[in-house]
Formats: sequence, structure tokens, C-alpha cells
Amino acid sequence: MSENTSTKKTVLYDLHVELGAKMVPFAGYDMPVQYPEGILNEHLYTRSSAGLFDVSHMGQLVISGENPAAAIEKLIPGDIQALSNGEMRYSFLTNEQGGILDDLIVTQRGEDLFVVVNAACKEQDIALLTKGLAGAATVTELTDRALVALQGPKAAAVLTKYAAEVASMPFMGYREVEIDGVPCFVTRSGYTGEDGFEISIPNSQADALCRKLLNNSEVKPIGLGARDSLRLEAGLCLYGHDLNEKTTPISAGLIWAISKRRREEGGFPGADIIQAEIANKPAMKRVGILPEGRAPAREHTEITDEAGNVIGEITSGGFSPSLGVPIAMGYVPLDFSTIGTKINLLVRGKSRPAVVAKMPFVEQRYYRG
Amino acid sequence: MSYKFTEDHEWVLLEGEVATIGISDYAQGQLGDVVYVEVPTIGDEITKGDELAVVESVKAASEVYSPVSGEIIDVNSELEGAPTKVNEDAMDSGWFAKIKVSNSSDLDDLMDEAAYKAFLQGLDE
Repeated sequence: MSENTSTKKTVLYDLHVELGAKMVPFAGYDMPVQYPEGILNEHLYTRSSAGLFDVSHMGQLVISGENPAAAIEKLIPGDIQALSNGEMRYSFLTNEQGGILDDLIVTQRGEDLFVVVNAACKEQDIALLTKGLAGAATVTELTDRALVALQGPKAAAVLTKYAAEVASMPFMGYREVEIDGVPCFVTRSGYTGEDGFEISIPNSQADALCRKLLNNSEVKPIGLGARDSLRLEAGLCLYGHDLNEKTTPISAGLIWAISKRRREEGGFPGADIIQAEIANKPAMKRVGILPEGRAPAREHTEITDEAGNVIGEITSGGFSPSLGVPIAMGYVPLDFSTIGTKINLLVRGKSRPAVVAKMPFVEQRYYRG
Repeated sequence: MSYKFTEDHEWVLLEGEVATIGISDYAQGQLGDVVYVEVPTIGDEITKGDELAVVESVKAASEVYSPVSGEIIDVNSELEGAPTKVNEDAMDSGWFAKIKVSNSSDLDDLMDEAAYKAFLQGLDE
């Protein structure tokens, strides 16, 4: 219905349409929000079997130079120099105020870094990295590759049929693997809280390989709708919603992504502010929220204290298919961030009780060997 | 006695002076899995065009507007425990509210089933 001539298509577009996907514009791309089975079934299928997601809209970058790991640390607080060949880490680009410009994954590949960034931030990130690394490293976008995620408890069993060596890959590990003869970059990672893989495939072979994966009875295609509900259950942040240029890594609860060395040495944009927040605690904190009753509380829902004063806002909220109840995350003042704290949510003008809750809402089941 | 439809995909079934309101099968298909329905309060007066209910699917909240003016005399309380009735049986047991209509001419400008079918075909083109 919303055919927009300016939206781009991934190389899997025809496959999505053939599978009966409902296509919607997302971050400049025409993407499948759901397939005929619907978000609820797709979500539960990923938790019980395996789901295949097209994430080709995301940016795949290669950063090369003499010492790209040292160079990129000027722009991100991640400890990239600590990574051995074939290891990857979650990090973020920060601004001078300590805010987050995008979150990303950096993989050390020995001769270069492989970086995956959000679709909506891709152009900005490439410009920022290119400028920030000028003279030390170059940034190349891999526009000739598709990216898919195979996620769920049966993902490893399925992928192992085509490439036995993926079975032993550690969580947050990277390998160059031939899957059914197709040269792929495989990482053991994802955005669902399940064990799984992200697979970078040459554009020309992506459609055929995805069809092959979907021929397995354990695998179904999953749209962006379920991708969002899965990541929310797993307590994972979505950039532009739970993270933005005004939220710091400390208030977002992402201090684990900044190593001891980087906390002490700084040397990234906004380091002084982030170091001060580590020392003095941030004013606001991202928390999990369980609304009472069945009404979901969506993004931008106001959070109040029990006296009715507005104290914060929901940044992601919806329904948890696994738990059968509404779940949310949002920012509250530090005093309200303790698990069990009673708060209220203003849903369509009505104050509804809720409680600050532990995240993840659904246990993460990453591969631990 | 036959279904009438609005351009916002609500249906109305008038029996005597009582109108039962729901959303069409097309609408439930567009919304996807319904996880919560906020129904109005019995006894409230509602004006044609006002928000009658809110349907929450996994991905979003959608308002349902009242196609008629009148008094809310019943609501489908079964939806609280079983919101998926809206997906499974939108045109019957997935109803939202019953309104004692104050002016039955409110229904005059609504579409009958054939006109609604034609309207839906127009949307798909």
C-alpha cells in the first residue's frame, strides 16, 4: 500500500514478496514487517525453533589501515585493541556530550575491522568514521553483500548441515565459512537473545542460499515486527528509541561495554562526561517495566511516581508473546531504578500501575560452549 | 438487518434501536494479532466520530471510532481474557460494544456489504 519510489530494496525483496510478506518502509528500505503467519507466531517460532531475518538494510563496513583497532578507539569507548583475530564486541559512537550517535558491532579480522551499523545511521556513521579516521584508516561500505540472521535454539543444528565448522564457534565469534559452497562471513551473534548467527552473503548468492535455509522445516522467515518484540524481551536496546544522542552509555546501563582500561584512559568523544557519570552515578537510568494488567504501554508513554509527578518516559513498549503480558523499557531517575519500585504509566490519559522489573524479561540463551 | 460499514473499517449491526459495533475482517487482518482491547464504559454517552475503543496489536495501538451517537449499553467483556476473538471472529463474537442509538439516520451514510467490498477493492489497487 505504501509504495514509495525512493525506498530501496534489499536483494531478498522478491523472496519476501513471494513468501507473502507485508512490506513497509523502514530506514529507507522496503522491509518485511511480517509474513502471513503473523508477528506472534513468528516470535514464538524463533524462540522454539529457528527464524531467518533479512537485515541487509544494515551497513556492513570494512575499516583498514596500519592499526585500525587503535584508530577507531578515538571514536568509540569499546576495547577494540583487546580483541583477538575472530572476536567481536558491541560498542557505540559517542558525541562530545557523552551521548550515543549509534550502536555497532566491531569484529577484529586480523588485517582489518568488520563493522556492522544501523541502517538509519549508516550515512552519518560512514561520514563520521571516514573523517575521524582520516590519515589512519579507510572506511569501505560492502554494498555487494546481503546480511541475514538465523536465530533460535535450532539455528546451529541447521547451519551445521551446510558448514560443520560453525558448531564450535563461540558466542561473539567470527569466521569466514563456505555455506553450501558460498563464501560467507559468519558471526555467532544476534538480536533475539537466542543462540544464532548473522551471515554476510555475496548479493548474487543471497537469494538462493536463503531459499535453501528456508527449505529446512525448522526454519521460517521472520519479519521486523517479531525482531522488535524478540529484542525487547531480551532487554536489548534499539537505537533511536532506547538510545540516542542525548542518552549516555552509563544511563543506558551499557557500562559493561566499556572495559576497565577504556574507563581509566578515556580518549573517546565525551570521555570526561562518561567518566564523571561512572564516578557520580547518572541522573536517569534505563530500566525494565512490567505494566499491571494487559494494556501495553508504548514508546513515549509518560512515567509518573505514585503521586502523579512525571518522572520519565517509556522508550520501547509492547506485548511479550513469550510471557503473554505487556513489557516495556524506559528511563527513570536513579532513585526509582531499583527493581520492584512502583510507578504509574499514563496510557491514553489513564494512570495505570506498573513496576520496575529485571531485564532481560526472557532469559538469554547464547551459546556458551 | 444487515451489516453496515464505515471507511475506517468498523461494522454496525442495527437490531431495533441497538447497534452492535466491531471491526471488519479486513481490519483485523491489517492489524495482526490483537493482544488487548480497551472497551468503553457502560452508561457513557458517545457521539458519532468519537473514540469508542482501542485495539492493541503486537505492533501498535489503533483507535476505533463510533459510527453512531448514543448510550453504551453493553461491552464485550470477553475480549479482556480473549482479545484474539477479534482476529478469529471479527464480524461476530469479536464485537466491541452495543449502543442504544439516538438517531438511526447516523447509519444512512454507511456502506452496505457490497459497497464495502468495492471500497476494499479500491484500496488494494
